[in-house]
Amino acid sequence: MLLLQIDTALIIEKVILISVILMGSLGIAMYATWGERKVSAVMQDRIGPNRAGPFGLLQPLADGLKLFFKEEIIPDRSTGFIFVLGPCLAMLTALMTSAVVPWGPDYITESGRVISFQVADINIGILFVFGAVSLGVYGVMLGGWASNNKFSLLSSIRAASQAISYELAMGISLIALLMLTGTLSLREIVSQQHGFWNDGYFSWNFFKQPIGFIIFLTCSFAELCRAPFDLPECDSELNMGYHQEYSSMKLGFYLFAEYINMFISSAIIVTLFFGGYNFPFMDSVQHATLAHPILFTIICILVLLTKIICMILFFMFVRWTLPRFRYDQLMKLGWRSLIPLALVNMLITGVLILWVFKK
Amino acid sequence: MDIYDILFWFLSALAVACALGVILSRNPVNSVMFLIVTFFAISGHYVLMNAQFLAIVNVIVYAGAIMVLFLFVIMLMNLNADVEPQKGQLVQLAGVISGGVLFLVILASIKTAKTEYMDKTATDIGLITNLGKVLFTKYVLPFEISSVLFLSAMIGAVVIGKKEDAKPPSKADEAEMKQFL
Repeated sequence: MLLLQIDTALIIEKVILISVILMGSLGIAMYATWGERKVSAVMQDRIGPNRAGPFGLLQPLADGLKLFFKEEIIPDRSTGFIFVLGPCLAMLTALMTSAVVPWGPDYITESGRVISFQVADINIGILFVFGAVSLGVYGVMLGGWASNNKFSLLSSIRAASQAISYELAMGISLIALLMLTGTLSLREIVSQQHGFWNDGYFSWNFFKQPIGFIIFLTCSFAELCRAPFDLPECDSELNMGYHQEYSSMKLGFYLFAEYINMFISSAIIVTLFFGGYNFPFMDSVQHATLAHPILFTIICILVLLTKIICMILFFMFVRWTLPRFRYDQLMKLGWRSLIPLALVNMLITGVLILWVFKK
Repeated sequence: MDIYDILFWFLSALAVACALGVILSRNPVNSVMFLIVTFFAISGHYVLMNAQFLAIVNVIVYAGAIMVLFLFVIMLMNLNADVEPQKGQLVQLAGVISGGVLFLVILASIKTAKTEYMDKTATDIGLITNLGKVLFTKYVLPFEISSVLFLSAMIGAVVIGKKEDAKPPSKADEAEMKQFL
């Protein structure tokens, strides 16, 4: 009756890939919390977590256990269902974006089967990321509203208006990049940045779109609600933020989603601007490892992970260096500086493509 | 019945059920949530037609931006079923009549519509390259006119949103502010 033609091998392959990516992003997010505490400790001349395990490496596990064993509280006057939905949505949208990131080059097995290290190669890759980012607001907004607490509501409104304002500049800065690449598919964007040097110029998009990169980076700080733009969690004004009424693992989901978002957005930034899994002299490395092609794939994945970790460390250094902006300063920066700058960048890119490079 | 049909009927049922939920639920926040799910179901239909660009733009613009603003307003006004004012009978009657007229128009347009079925398998008119080419060649005039319309709406919003009685801070205020700095 049902004519379901399903490629079982493909499904198994994708399920394995998805679980590995899921576990990987959870693991990296876990150790990002440890890394953040260590980085802040080093920058403030402290030692940081050092009790659980060597160098405090078991600290994230201890934190997770603590959150699990805390009492689960749902406030009386909260809107029950939405109150629970909030952290779930935050987690869901955080994990969704990893589907379109190409984690490594295609691997061809001996039987000729092509294994792709990307969950879904859709031809609107970047827009999918954008969709997930714009939906990410709901977790914060619904959670803050359903808590029935003035501070939570204020904080979630701050988060939402901040996200909407910075999405505009982010989108315009991406348009300039897309005019160069001529495609929305992340896989094609990565393959265009092959190696490091091509046609007498750097092949990575960072060198072609430096202004676009700076705008994109600033906007992703704001979208992540990280310092210096962590206004929704501004404790001196709002007690704690939108997750004030949450306890136990629901709070854990909110805090964890932030670190997963940081990991994924680092992956996106690296993919868009720093060549993804490409690295200098990759052709000669590929040639040297021709006998074991799996080795080359692993090297590529490790290169990508290294770049992502450098990006995450950059996020942390900025957080512990710069003080928090004031809210009106944040809005002014978004609307009066970044959007006009992004528009000018788009115009210049268009003029250069049209008249100078004649694509 | 293949996977396409199964998805089609599932999405259609979801869209209709959630659209009913929008108008039937008492709590405005629930209505907004139902509307968001409806948009997702419609996006699913676009994906079935291989119009990925339209699908994702529908999600970004409607579910991601417009509904957030809806939610904003509803949250700030704190509408509840208890405080909702009861409408007069005249207003209810007017609502029924105008709704009925709209229903009639939709019915008439469905009756006269051509029932051409799309080829399920090989359509890529909705992909971004084709859509862009059509928009910027065949339909470039309507496209530009609609963008002018958006620009004028934006300027209108700025004019309305501008405060008319914004005074520069007085000397006393400034002195007070300096104390804090």
